[in-house]
Amino acid sequence: MKRLMSGNAALGEAAFLSGCTCYFGYPITPQNELTEYMAKRMVEAGRVFIQSESEIAAINMVLGASVTGARAMTSSSGPGMSLKQEGISYLAADELPAVIVDMVRGGPGMGNISPAQSDYLQATRGGGHGDYKTIVLAPGSVQELTEVVPLAFDLADKYRNPVIILGDGMLGQMMEPVSFDDLKPPAEYEKDYTLTGAKGRPARKMHSLLFDTKLLEEHNWKLSRKFQRIEQNEVKYETYLTDDADMIVVAYGIGARIVKGAIKRLRQENLKVGMIRPITLWPFPAKVLQEMAKTVNDFFVFEMSAGQMVEDVKLSLEGKGHIHFYGRPGGVIPTPVELFRIISRHYYQAHALKRKK
Amino acid sequence: MKKVYTRPKLLKEAHFHYCLGCGHGIINRLIMEVIEEMNLQEKAICVAPAGCGMLLYNYFEIDVLESAHGRGAAVATGIKRASPQNLVFSYQGDGDLAAIGTAEGFHAANRGENITIIFVNNGVYGMTGGQMAPTTLLTQVTTTTPAGRDALIAGHPVRICEVFAVLDGTSYLERVAVNKPSAVIKTKKAIAKAFQRQLDGRGFSLVEILSPCPTNWKMGAIEACQWVDEVMSKQFPLGVVKEVAC
Ligand SMILES: Cc1ncc(C[n+]2csc(CCOP(=O)(O)OP(=O)(O)O)c2C)c(N)n1
Ligand code: SF4
Repeated sequence: MKRLMSGNAALGEAAFLSGCTCYFGYPITPQNELTEYMAKRMVEAGRVFIQSESEIAAINMVLGASVTGARAMTSSSGPGMSLKQEGISYLAADELPAVIVDMVRGGPGMGNISPAQSDYLQATRGGGHGDYKTIVLAPGSVQELTEVVPLAFDLADKYRNPVIILGDGMLGQMMEPVSFDDLKPPAEYEKDYTLTGAKGRPARKMHSLLFDTKLLEEHNWKLSRKFQRIEQNEVKYETYLTDDADMIVVAYGIGARIVKGAIKRLRQENLKVGMIRPITLWPFPAKVLQEMAKTVNDFFVFEMSAGQMVEDVKLSLEGKGHIHFYGRPGGVIPTPVELFRIISRHYYQAHALKRKK
Repeated sequence: MKKVYTRPKLLKEAHFHYCLGCGHGIINRLIMEVIEEMNLQEKAICVAPAGCGMLLYNYFEIDVLESAHGRGAAVATGIKRASPQNLVFSYQGDGDLAAIGTAEGFHAANRGENITIIFVNNGVYGMTGGQMAPTTLLTQVTTTTPAGRDALIAGHPVRICEVFAVLDGTSYLERVAVNKPSAVIKTKKAIAKAFQRQLDGRGFSLVEILSPCPTNWKMGAIEACQWVDEVMSKQFPLGVVKEVAC
């Protein structure tokens, strides 16, 4: 059965159905509908909901709930995500699972409440202090939002690591028909690390303080090996009309949706443009891009930022191919027609260049 | 012969890292005594701070989670809400609770979270080398108030029990000390009472403990103990600050 829901509400329902038992959040636009949805849904079902005094408190409540083995979640945007970074660093250090939703808005500073993709680097580079990574999932529709939620909880438990769902203000607030019929709650994992009282076992200690540099180095290498496993096993992406393409657009989330509209027009004009849409922003589909670069020379990166994911595309291609970039920061949402014009201009220029050669 | 004094089994046979004459060691021991006597080792979860108390997980034979500086009350809230059958307490210094973690402590108290905070007030930042804490007395010399704390520059000493007392969510707040045997006995009773109230579901409790820091007070151990009585407790009067009857 399909229901018409906002992305934020659909995300809340998906989290509920995925077995999230604890939600902690602090109001910030454009994700308030999620906090409000959880306020009703969780409390009515006797699960834990707290409107915290700050995002710092919320992420630390998540940490506390997670250490008991509970599936815990929080959500925020822009300024609130900056405050959560301290807690995310501790979650990563303690290897505790958690799901954190970021409905990105325009920044820096207070910025605005329009949809943006300007928290890409914060999300994919760790964001807080220390050597760590968070798994970052970037859905492109309300339906896909509901699909990445159980995946997020599953990956969090599987790797004992915080997972970020990176949406944006548009995805959170737009209404689309959505079905939960196929949503399967993620598996329950054996958790041998939880703190629930030393009953029938020795007392457990969980701490990230490791004074001995050798121990901390070893802990960092252990985390690093885990991140390598994630990079090997968990890359997710979608391709669109890439088979015959001689220019490939790289875009994610709502940006990819706008690009799809542009590509339909480009194809009508017989311009062979395709798209790769990373669904995991970290781990980034670097190998796929490298593979594509064997036959395609031109990669066009579009982001609703001044240029963040483009760094990953450059790193992935390792100097191969030619990278074109178009960005709209500040919460501006370009139309498919605008992108159609820009991409076709780059496409013709690339072809002219090829002919010259 | 009757044994009248022995190490609680829950206190590991490790050397404390605390300085000579420090109150933390006594407080660590008292908590373990109470948990042992109340038979709570299978239920208890401690949230350790950033501060001189942060290594208490090396001494406690109960589950312990480290928290980021000041976030103890929020972490304890998350644990307790997710797992209400546990006895959950945070152990926090005065920098931890009364400065960086004021919001988390205040709102946990205001929500009436059924947790306990063991609040160690030693009037300074011990771990980072003796800087001013929110609880530092006026005219008291620290590394960041070299001419003595001046209210015009650095404000006034914060009385956490009295601040929290006005919140309807708080149930039991008592200020005690560990500078002499009679005070230590009272502190143990206060900790036991706070834990019992939590077990009875009576909501938020906090035990504030005036605790000597001879190292950063630049005093001998005995002098530091006397100073708690003669000076510190004038600013921070001992006794029950709030106890909600039912
Ligand atoms: C966010 C952050 N800021 C600063 C520190 C450094 N730091 C560690 S403990 C501490 C203060 C400890 O003082 P207090 O809470 O009074 O405890 P005490 O050591 O006196 O027992 C500070 C500032 C930190 N660990 N984290
Ligand atoms: S610095 Fe002060 S509080 Fe810290 S261990 Fe030494 S005496 Fe105790």
